[in-house]
Amino acid sequence: MPKREDIRSVLVIGSGPIVIGQACEFDYSGTQACRVLRDEGFRVILVNSNPATIMTDPEFADATYVEPITPEFVEKIIAKERPDALLPTLGGQTALNTAVALHEAGVLERYDVELIGADFDAIQAGENREKFKEIVAKVARERGLNAESARSVVCHTMDECLAAVSELGYPLVVRPSFTMGGVGSGFAYDETDLRRIAGAGLDASPTTEVLLEESILGWKEYELEVMRDRHDNVVIVCSIENIDPMGVHTGDSVTVAPALTLTDREYQNMRDVAIAVIREVGVDTGGCNIQFAVDPRTGRMIVIEMNPRVSRSSALASKATGFPIAKIAAKLAIGYTLDEIPNDITKETPASFEPTLDYIVVKVPRFAFEKFKGADQTLTTHMKSVGEAMAIGRSFSEALQKALRSLEKKDSSFTWAGEIAGKQDLLAACRVPHDGRLRTMQQAIRAGAGAEELFEATSIDPWFLDQLFLLHEEAQELAGAPELTAGVLQRAKRHGFSDAQIGEIRGIDEARVRDLRHALGLRPVYNTVDTCAAEFAAKTPYLYSAYDEESEVPYGTRQKVIILGSGPNRIGQGIEFDYACVHASFELSRAGFETVMVNCNPETVSTDYDTSDRLYFEPLTLEDVLEVVHAEQQTGPVAGVIVQLGGQTPLGLAQALKDAGVPVVGTSPESIHLAEERGAFGRVLAEAALPAPKHGTATTVAEALAVAEDVGYPVLVRPSYVLGGAGMAIVYDDETLTTYMAAQEGGHPVLVDKFLDEAIEIDVDALYDGAELYLGGVMEHIEEAGIHSGDSACALPPITLGSHDIKRIRAATEAIASGVGVRGLLNVQYAMSAGVLYVLEANPRASRTVPFVSKATAVPLAKAAARVMLGATLAELRAEGMLPATGDGGTLPLDASIAVKEAVLPFNRFRGVDIVLGPEMRSTGEVMGIDEFFGIAFAKSQAAAYGELPTKGRAFVSVANRDKRAMIFPVRALADLGFEILATEGTAEVLRRNGVRAKIVRKHSEGTGPGGEPTSVQCILDGEIDLIVNTPFGSPGQSGPRLDGYDIRTAAVLRGIPCITTVSGLAAAAAGIQAIVRGDVGVRSLQEHAQALRG
Amino acid sequence: MTNPATGAVLVLEDGRAFHGTPYGAVGETFGEMVFNTGMTGYQETLTDPSYHRQIVAMTAPHIGNTGVNDEDPESGRVWVAGYVVREPSRVVSSWRADRSLDDYLKEQGVVGIAIPGTRALTRHLRERGAMRAGIFTAPAEPLEDLVERVRQAPAMAGADLAAEVATTEPYVVPALGAKRFTVAAVDLGIKGMTPHRMAERGCEVHVLPATATFEQIMAIRPDGVFLSNGPGDPATADVSALRAVLEARVPFFGICFGNQLFGRALGLSTYKLRYGHRGVNQPVQDVRTGKVEISAHNHGFAVEAPLDGPFDTPYGPAEVSHVNLNDRCVEGLRLLDGRAFSVQYHPEAAAGPHDAAYLFDEFCEVMSRAQA
Ligand SMILES: Nc1ncnc2c1ncn2[C@@H]1O[C@H](COP(=O)(O)OP(=O)(O)O)[C@@H](O)[C@H]1O
Ligand SMILES: Nc1ncnc2c1ncn2[C@@H]1O[C@H](COP(=O)(O)OP(=O)(O)O)[C@@H](O)[C@H]1O
Ligand SMILES: [Mg+2]
Ligand SMILES: [Mg+2]
Repeated sequence: MPKREDIRSVLVIGSGPIVIGQACEFDYSGTQACRVLRDEGFRVILVNSNPATIMTDPEFADATYVEPITPEFVEKIIAKERPDALLPTLGGQTALNTAVALHEAGVLERYDVELIGADFDAIQAGENREKFKEIVAKVARERGLNAESARSVVCHTMDECLAAVSELGYPLVVRPSFTMGGVGSGFAYDETDLRRIAGAGLDASPTTEVLLEESILGWKEYELEVMRDRHDNVVIVCSIENIDPMGVHTGDSVTVAPALTLTDREYQNMRDVAIAVIREVGVDTGGCNIQFAVDPRTGRMIVIEMNPRVSRSSALASKATGFPIAKIAAKLAIGYTLDEIPNDITKETPASFEPTLDYIVVKVPRFAFEKFKGADQTLTTHMKSVGEAMAIGRSFSEALQKALRSLEKKDSSFTWAGEIAGKQDLLAACRVPHDGRLRTMQQAIRAGAGAEELFEATSIDPWFLDQLFLLHEEAQELAGAPELTAGVLQRAKRHGFSDAQIGEIRGIDEARVRDLRHALGLRPVYNTVDTCAAEFAAKTPYLYSAYDEESEVPYGTRQKVIILGSGPNRIGQGIEFDYACVHASFELSRAGFETVMVNCNPETVSTDYDTSDRLYFEPLTLEDVLEVVHAEQQTGPVAGVIVQLGGQTPLGLAQALKDAGVPVVGTSPESIHLAEERGAFGRVLAEAALPAPKHGTATTVAEALAVAEDVGYPVLVRPSYVLGGAGMAIVYDDETLTTYMAAQEGGHPVLVDKFLDEAIEIDVDALYDGAELYLGGVMEHIEEAGIHSGDSACALPPITLGSHDIKRIRAATEAIASGVGVRGLLNVQYAMSAGVLYVLEANPRASRTVPFVSKATAVPLAKAAARVMLGATLAELRAEGMLPATGDGGTLPLDASIAVKEAVLPFNRFRGVDIVLGPEMRSTGEVMGIDEFFGIAFAKSQAAAYGELPTKGRAFVSVANRDKRAMIFPVRALADLGFEILATEGTAEVLRRNGVRAKIVRKHSEGTGPGGEPTSVQCILDGEIDLIVNTPFGSPGQSGPRLDGYDIRTAAVLRGIPCITTVSGLAAAAAGIQAIVRGDVGVRSLQEHAQALRG
Repeated sequence: MTNPATGAVLVLEDGRAFHGTPYGAVGETFGEMVFNTGMTGYQETLTDPSYHRQIVAMTAPHIGNTGVNDEDPESGRVWVAGYVVREPSRVVSSWRADRSLDDYLKEQGVVGIAIPGTRALTRHLRERGAMRAGIFTAPAEPLEDLVERVRQAPAMAGADLAAEVATTEPYVVPALGAKRFTVAAVDLGIKGMTPHRMAERGCEVHVLPATATFEQIMAIRPDGVFLSNGPGDPATADVSALRAVLEARVPFFGICFGNQLFGRALGLSTYKLRYGHRGVNQPVQDVRTGKVEISAHNHGFAVEAPLDGPFDTPYGPAEVSHVNLNDRCVEGLRLLDGRAFSVQYHPEAAAGPHDAAYLFDEFCEVMSRAQA
């Protein structure tokens, strides 16, 4: 069936900001979909509030709306654009929920928009757990298949929950409907658990519905990725087996593809059930995933759930098999059938087949618990990981070890060095699923644990356990070999041991191992991911390394550029860096280079085999990168390697690559050092006469106190050896400083900086070609300095800085760029305090804000940077039209739209963690609001990040003393807008004295009043408050008001009420609310903004 | 190279050799080298009689993980001439397993080898076509002598093997539930699942030796005649009994080798594919409905037939009913009147997906129409 001709325009909904459970996999799927739809000649209208996505690049759609993904805003877009169809299945749960809301509100009908990809009933049947269970029972009954659902009861109230226990017994699983990544779900072992989890779950579910379910902890867990077309052709793209059994969310489990511990009979039964279910649910076209649990003792099979849309797993399955699920789902949605779509990889065979793998794929999650003190670190039914890495090998052991080192985290790889803890302790630790459990198990094996003991502790399938024993035996073999012969090394390499691991085991240097290995001629080969286990020749070079027989890297004559990606998403290094890498690839390919991408993050657009001329799915360690470079050098000329775009990961490899003779293009490793190393950078600043906050270094308490004395309190302290602001604190007095220093690991120096209180923080992204500076954008933070730039909101163009300030910023940035020797992108963070412009830090690389700036100013900064790195001058790029002919991001016209970036924080995942912002970054993603007026832009950013700002109701205000003066004005604005103001005593006094009516509410620490007056926290929990303003008191570790604030904020997260923690944020919010109340908030596409800006 | 090859080695007739470690029984073995791309179902594959005289390499790296059980074999023994894998499992993990694959291969005397280069081997076969090979687990001769010995092994083209694998005595698989039909199934290398699938649909299946004559077939008064899969070159087989069946207008259904024989009975020719189809993921399209089935395959030969429409045969007009979408190879034939049809692939699956199981229903419908 060919393409439908009755549809001309399609609205695609993206997934919004990166949050836990919904990350850049939806940028990957959405980008693919937009590409397909445009290639097919449709008018594509896109809405996504996330500016860091590739999909929101103006060239991927005809009209790109970076607007909040709420039914209200999407309706405005529909009213304006009048699309024929809405494709809701590629933007995760966000898109699906929005589509359901639009349908239910009658919007789709009113504007005659057809849902394509999945219809309303199918979404209901797939997502409503109750309906879904009926479907499973029906197909099992009618087709005689082995399938059931876990016994369960649907509850809408707490009383129903308690009643259900008698039937199901403890432990049981609590699961809210229509949430993604398991928000609000968990195991209840007793009534206290049940009240807590089910209560929150009822809140989290958009339908106030939770499901209580019998626990099947410890069963084997599987997932199938299924595609169906409108001719009812169905294929299974991939099977995935979770190494962590039932009880750990798939997103947090180590998983492997294909499934490895099923016989054909069991696998085919699963396949039959999956197909029967997708038919019964009525997903007419597109991809969906179905999860299964299998009892390892009996083979009894339970269908856990299905998602009638593409998902994180489908991105993984696409990368694991080379079968692009989202792309094909988009084609199916517009009418094609599977047999009409060619398999991109072979070109000759159709997409109506099931990929077969001759390699093993392992995915490992990456967590960020260190950022969330107080969070429960046990892995359970709701997802907690912030990213993942995938690796491919010719055996499970090879893939697993590659995957672990792809995590790029200390202690993620197996180790055979160092003390071994006691066996019983290790076994006890293995019982509780946690980040790095496989390594704990490996240590237990070192300590003498047996396979039965490990099985008893973990329920992990004996086959996987044996693989750990195999690795242990190989390590011992390696340790005991008299000499590192070619045979010994080869064997270790085939099991995925890195040079570093081999060195560690042999007590020699990693570099020695590498030299020896190269001297023996032992290098990996590169095999192709070809969808067909080599049955047909692959035309698309998507490669992975293995110590195998034949290399399949094609020969070529074009100059090649190797781009190093950014690895697994983590807090501080996410999709923004992938964006920069992808842009570089697109642009360099356009400029005639052959582009080679290296990355190991399966969620990204960079690891789409369609993005670059060649893709290496490889860890980003020195060893793995050197081998890729070598393989590429063997097959053609390599112009250079780009390390500046993938964030800190590739940047950290720069010097070592250069030392190994690899051409690093752009800013040289020596220049990178100048910017990164404090002493060297201090000299650069001194040379340019640019001030930095006074600072010193201390190893002891006494030294720290002396530095503090010198620079003056408050001070910002951080351990010098950690990156990304981990372990940072703002300290106001000797006592706290003493405590902080005492808590540091012995001997490591601590950096002590003068903390610039109430300073305006400014972020700058710029391009430098050695002669000219292009100021990409100057962003003014809404929150004052002291809140990590990644976590604070910012406005571009800056709202309070004058042209004089911009001039100073430009001069300072240019001085730094030239002093450091930048070729390409530079990011500088400044703090403006009492008229002085201090330099906080400079990053000689693409920054997190590059995509935001690019979108806000309609200039593709990363593309330009890539060209500069390969020798183009800014003048040339201006002449080409890539950069504006005159002016730059510092000279935006006064009537330019204002873009506001807002950070999105994962506190709803980490209950109990204080949500106060600080110098340590904790956000997972960001959104952008853009409008002619700042207030509206800010309001849009809030709507996109947290849900709309309230325009009426009750505001509760409780601020620290230092903020009392500054809050008066914005709180009065709220009162004038009709808000009823509630405040704690001190705050209320100040407000009243200034003519703002405020009702006093008891502090939480005061307890309920004699007449039963509730405390602030109780009011929040009872849902009586619509907006909360609470700024933190004092310093960490204090009790009293500090703790009060903590309880207020925790309650806010629990109830999902907007909670503003800075006065500047409050002022912005007040302006936003005012704007909303005043009049109609419109929508405008990026293309329209660009038209206005660049003509 | 005059030294004896060291360690176990897989030697191809064109001289390429892959070194590895012994797996299963030790010794040496010869056969046609083929690869199978299925990721599940090694037990079914090993016991599929169509693999007789073939050395099978598995492209999936980990083999043996779920061990071997007594329920899944497709026949009473392992038929492959030799087995090539990459990562043999060291443990058995399945609640249904009775023993390890390694033990099973040893017990069955099947010589195997584990080599790292299974992908290189597959690519080699893909480029050069199927060829003879030998596995030597402890070779005493130099490599070139081994190559010479491989070259002396019999080739598959022209081989008549059905009789070697088929039952010598007829036996009956009773219908499950009420009996509706009597089926004469000629065993050319039949898999256990095939009569089972028919029995599930109320067929009493009389499995007859490969040499069964028309008279022997008709003696059981069948409602339908079935020709199974099997090894060897279809060009060598005698199709006179089948011709007589078609002449007698008895409903007919054939699978794999049975499809090739049906083609020959219709006057079509068969040819050897470069490297065959062996796996469980092949897209086959039903020409009439346009629907695609994911199907299990195991064939090295195929039927040559016009793809562009019906053609005449001695039994009336016929057509190609199914086509492989990967290479447009003929996957099914049918007399337009519907009473006889066959497919090149495996609707009984085992191993493989069940998408084509409806063909057994069609066979039953044809028989039921003929009964009426
Ligand atoms: N009945 C159960 N008993 C034990 N664990 C369960 C049960 N149901 C689900 N789980 C675990 O919780 C995880 C999340 O459940 P799932 O239904 O897949 O929700 P989500 O929509 O968040 O993916 C699963 O991956 C599984 O490991
Ligand atoms: N001297 C200072 N005074 C005030 N705030 C500071 C100071 N130094 C750093 N900060 C704050 O801490 C945040 C993180 O510090 P930064 O040096 O940029 O580390 P990172 O490498 O994590 O980005 C900054 O965004 C800024 O808000
Ligand atoms: Mg799930
Ligand atoms: Mg910073």
